[in-house]
Amino acid sequence: MRIHRRALLKGAAAAGLAVAAPAVLRAQGALFRLGLLTVKSGPLAQGGIQMEQGALTFLKERNYMMGGRKVDFVSADTGGNPAGAKTKAQELVERDKVDVIVGPLAAFELYAISDYVREQRMPTLSLAAADNLTQRQPNPFLLRASATSSQSMHPIGHYAATELKLKRAFCITEDFAFGYEQMGGFQAAFQKDGGCVVNKLWPPLSTPDYTPYVAQIADCDGVCQGFAGSNPLRFMKAYASAGLKYPVVTGSTGGDDALLKSYGEEAIGLISCSPYTLDLETDGNKRFVDGIMKNHNTIPGFYAAGIYINCQVVDAGLKAANGQSEDKEKFMAALKTVSLTDTPRGPIKFDHLGNVVGTSYVRRCGTEGAKYGLKLWNKTIKTYENVSQFWTWPEQEFLAHPVYSRDYPPLTKC
Amino acid sequence: MTFWVLLTVNSVTFGGLLFLLSAGFSLIFGLMRIPNLTHGSMFMAGAYLGATLLAGQLGFSLNFWLAAVVAALAVAALSALMERVLLRRLAGQQLAQVLVTLGVSLMVADICLMVWGGDPISVDNPPGLGGFVRIGAAALPLYRMAVIVIAAVFAIGLWLMLERTRLGAMIRAGVDDPDMARVVGIRVSRLFTIVFALGAGLAAFAGMIGGPILSVYPGLDQDMLPLALVVVILGGTGSIIIGFIYNFGQALLPELAYFVLFLPMVLVLVLRPQGLFGGQVL
Repeated sequence: MRIHRRALLKGAAAAGLAVAAPAVLRAQGALFRLGLLTVKSGPLAQGGIQMEQGALTFLKERNYMMGGRKVDFVSADTGGNPAGAKTKAQELVERDKVDVIVGPLAAFELYAISDYVREQRMPTLSLAAADNLTQRQPNPFLLRASATSSQSMHPIGHYAATELKLKRAFCITEDFAFGYEQMGGFQAAFQKDGGCVVNKLWPPLSTPDYTPYVAQIADCDGVCQGFAGSNPLRFMKAYASAGLKYPVVTGSTGGDDALLKSYGEEAIGLISCSPYTLDLETDGNKRFVDGIMKNHNTIPGFYAAGIYINCQVVDAGLKAANGQSEDKEKFMAALKTVSLTDTPRGPIKFDHLGNVVGTSYVRRCGTEGAKYGLKLWNKTIKTYENVSQFWTWPEQEFLAHPVYSRDYPPLTKC
Repeated sequence: MTFWVLLTVNSVTFGGLLFLLSAGFSLIFGLMRIPNLTHGSMFMAGAYLGATLLAGQLGFSLNFWLAAVVAALAVAALSALMERVLLRRLAGQQLAQVLVTLGVSLMVADICLMVWGGDPISVDNPPGLGGFVRIGAAALPLYRMAVIVIAAVFAIGLWLMLERTRLGAMIRAGVDDPDMARVVGIRVSRLFTIVFALGAGLAAFAGMIGGPILSVYPGLDQDMLPLALVVVILGGTGSIIIGFIYNFGQALLPELAYFVLFLPMVLVLVLRPQGLFGGQVL
């Protein structure tokens, strides 16, 4: 077959044009790759499975479209440990070539991948609550639409001091960073409003029976617990079994709506503060809850809502960037400008460090108003709007303190 | 005062639960020399099965005690199968047994996660045992007292079985000298299966009995297995001793909770490898 010289030229020119075509043209049609870092095995799987359900519910609702692009969803199981998180983050970035990562679940996982996502310039929307990554050691590629560990604990500290009129609180939570940061936040806000923390106890993460710790709770008029995973369930049981009656306050994980179906009478009266609440009567939340119930036949809590909201942020950010995610700096900048009003938790926006400013809900657990076949229900009794990670302190003053830890703020005599 | 009463009673309760868990472990290890790392999984599987039978998700609902027994029987049957199919082939190879039982325990954990999901399941106290007993100022949960009684009943029952029955005599013969037991006509192979199933059943029963105290959740197996190991290494009244060390250690030295728990194990292993009250090994 003889090829005409002119036809050959034309063909070559066309091919060259296709190669040289601006990235925009190709990007519009290209798949948008969404990577989820979650935990589907081991003790942390309870929240991890919900995270995947949140992502899938969002994608089904939007017919697998984000910011005008078709989504390719990749889910990775980190196993709930830092080494696994690092490996899976590398796989998502280098093998699956994702455009954005949502997750991981736990603070120690986030610390493990923080440097890597910064090097790779990979926009990461985390659920994990490691305070300092949006405070004293901010990571420009990190965005947190959920909350820092202490963000829900400041309001509950305020509530305990001003509304419950507690004077002497006894704090108990797990012996790891999330626990320290939670109790630090509670103590700082509680003491600011005139309360005093009499003692802080740190049981190890895996403690089959909390009775030995519960036995030490005394000399107080209220208890603050910050347990996560399945631990709140066992703590509240041991607490009730010991016949203790002091009011108990807790944060987002200790009173999570997803635990309602597992809790029994021991949880009645538990007051929790969370950035998400199942009983929020808005269209945004109704759409989310209905979606989860339809797709997965389960009652959602904080973890499912958190990832669903992260997906909303990605969608809005991608729209703001005209569907372009190739220039990571620009995409990240677009993500940071996102402010939404119809998320399951209500309106959210981000501060300049990439952490969310949004509503915190104080709820009391009881039987009144229970829906979805549940026996117990967290009923909202107070809302704190526009809660930032700095609570009511000026940013400079807040950041001048060390990060909340086991020893900060120190216990004072009371 | 309340503090000490509460801790003491809780120590005995927890010791009782550990006794139920580790009695089976001792039997299996003593007779078959199998370091059975699936023991925690059997505990967890028993609790999951029992909780499911109790909640009536299968269309019928059993009462607490019946659920515990049925769960124990089911786990015992599955474990007998595992002994026949897997462990039988690895007789005498301890490293292989450790690896296989560890592997099976991880698989069981994932299967439980698949079937029951990640949500913790709480188990209600059996009817009639939800209240408190008052001793001085301390309120002691009735159910925890009941656990002590159950453990005592099982301790006596096991002792009678080992000392007074033909099966017990065969087990003791098998522990002391399996080869000689074979020579005198004891079917040691069948004995192994029976003991393995019995030990597994006890662990599963303990899982359900522990349900109202510990609840059931992914990772329960990994929480309980090390405790069973420590108890078996201490031997004798190890379960009560560990119950006390565990509870008082956590209350008085919370920073050193694990240190206090495992220190006795390390000391006994180094200084008295035959166990606290064990006789001279021949």
